[in-house]
Amino acid sequence: MSDGTHVRPIPSDLLTLNIGPAHPATHGTLRVQVQLDGETIRNAACEIGYLHRGFEKQCETVYYQFVIPYAERLNYMGPVNNSNAWCYAMEQFLGIEAPARAQALRVITSELGRIIDHAVCIGTNLVDLGALTNFWYMFNYREKVYDLYEELCGARMMVNYPRIGGVSLDAPDDWLEKCLRLVDEMGEAVSEVQALISRNRIFMDRTVGAGTITKELAISHGVTGPCLRAAGIGYDVRKAQPYWGYEKYQFEVPVADGGDTYDRTIVRFQEMYESCKIIRQAIASIPGGPVLASDHLVVLPEKDKVYNTMEGLINHFKLVMHGIQPPKGELYSATEGGNGELGFYIVSDGSAKPWRVRIRPPCFANFSVFPKIIKGKMVSDAIAALGSINIIAGELDR
Amino acid sequence: MTEREIMAKVTGRFGAKVLQSYEFRGQCAVTVKAGDLREVLTFLRDDADTATDWLMDLAGVDYLGFPDDDDREWRFEVAYQLYSSSQNHRFRVKVAVPEDKLQVPSIWDLWAIANWMEREVFDLYGVSFTGHPNLRRILCHDEFEGHALRKDYPINKRQKLSSPAENLLCAKVELA
Repeated sequence: MSDGTHVRPIPSDLLTLNIGPAHPATHGTLRVQVQLDGETIRNAACEIGYLHRGFEKQCETVYYQFVIPYAERLNYMGPVNNSNAWCYAMEQFLGIEAPARAQALRVITSELGRIIDHAVCIGTNLVDLGALTNFWYMFNYREKVYDLYEELCGARMMVNYPRIGGVSLDAPDDWLEKCLRLVDEMGEAVSEVQALISRNRIFMDRTVGAGTITKELAISHGVTGPCLRAAGIGYDVRKAQPYWGYEKYQFEVPVADGGDTYDRTIVRFQEMYESCKIIRQAIASIPGGPVLASDHLVVLPEKDKVYNTMEGLINHFKLVMHGIQPPKGELYSATEGGNGELGFYIVSDGSAKPWRVRIRPPCFANFSVFPKIIKGKMVSDAIAALGSINIIAGELDR
Repeated sequence: MTEREIMAKVTGRFGAKVLQSYEFRGQCAVTVKAGDLREVLTFLRDDADTATDWLMDLAGVDYLGFPDDDDREWRFEVAYQLYSSSQNHRFRVKVAVPEDKLQVPSIWDLWAIANWMEREVFDLYGVSFTGHPNLRRILCHDEFEGHALRKDYPINKRQKLSSPAENLLCAKVELA
């Protein structure tokens, strides 16, 4: 320098930093390695597989109906959505249909599942951003939804409720009214939380423009669900290729156009209202009748028949010991899970065990875009974006 | 278009390049050779009628020991689930992968999601994707031996765990 003092230049090497695999902000086990220039991310790469449990291999060793509880461990934030989807895929494969009442019950349980999935996603994402209050509001209602599940089938989280051909149990008396009451309360609570943050200066500063997924990026990476709709593409399997009578219900598919963390959060809020709307309509229009199809090759006979008739006993024995035997074939079935398109690709060799079960996990596609959207952003933006993409490691790694 | 119409279109366009065509419960699929895969997928994506702009899924299947399966002369298949957002239809293209030539051209430049999904098929089936920029294991750890979803991989096989890093200080401490 001109005054003769020598200043050592500041080192300009990039700093390599690991976020995860075990870090509170990853909400699961996944690793993001970033190269930092100051606080700016110059380069990023992801590593997954920390929760790989061999789900698909395991499925090949058990009967079709035993996959139901495994499936619930995929996206464990809305477990019943996965098992409903698996049963629906198997029904498509077998060429049967669940009775109308069972379909309505699936819609109700799945939409409750979607609400708690979004509630936890928003709640934990806001905790990462330093807003703890919302988390309590949201988790409070998740507990109440668990109470409802408990009344319905005895289990709270991993409910194992649906069956291939319908659902295991009909709703108890006054359950639907309780459900309706909870949905009303929940709608209010959600709007309170939304009022706390949607025009909140701090929240907007942290999230607007953080982790933007563009339309082109979304299509190329197969991003689906709220992340896709926040990017401006209104694809929702419930609308595009309806199942369980979704075409009967009036609901909107919320779409934003920015594709950033803020939009993803707002789209999730909107979807929770829409889910409430769907549940109200499903309860109002729920038909009577059985909750299980009457196909003796698929559905267990009633207990009365098992205990009192020879045919019923044989039927029960055959189904338990020899399983459901679908024809040879292969089929891809898609439903809208909490995070996007949840697909099951099933190959059958005609025996009672699946030859191949492939899950198309929405998280896998959604997370693959992550290194691209955080490049050039700050570390704090990456944390905000990660929470809003809602990575569920159980589904990501299977 | 219905899937059957798409299948007719693909079969008409590619003729003998389609090794097998297949229908089950209204869903259709064609099987092609690895060398023709990119051509077929690009055609399906760019054609105005089929317009499958989405690659929804990419899955390996091992047919070792599949019963009554004489006309399948190859062991593995990789299935590509396509979806068209403008036409709202789906279609499946499968590529035949014989055991002595476990190679499929990568399509990561057509759809970026194929990058990770091909890594998964490589990891679990050992099918390699030529032209892939980063063909490494994705779900299993690097020291894993074999390919877990192959039919001749036993379900109860134990693997070596990843070895702990050597430069940890506590590794030198010997417990009495």
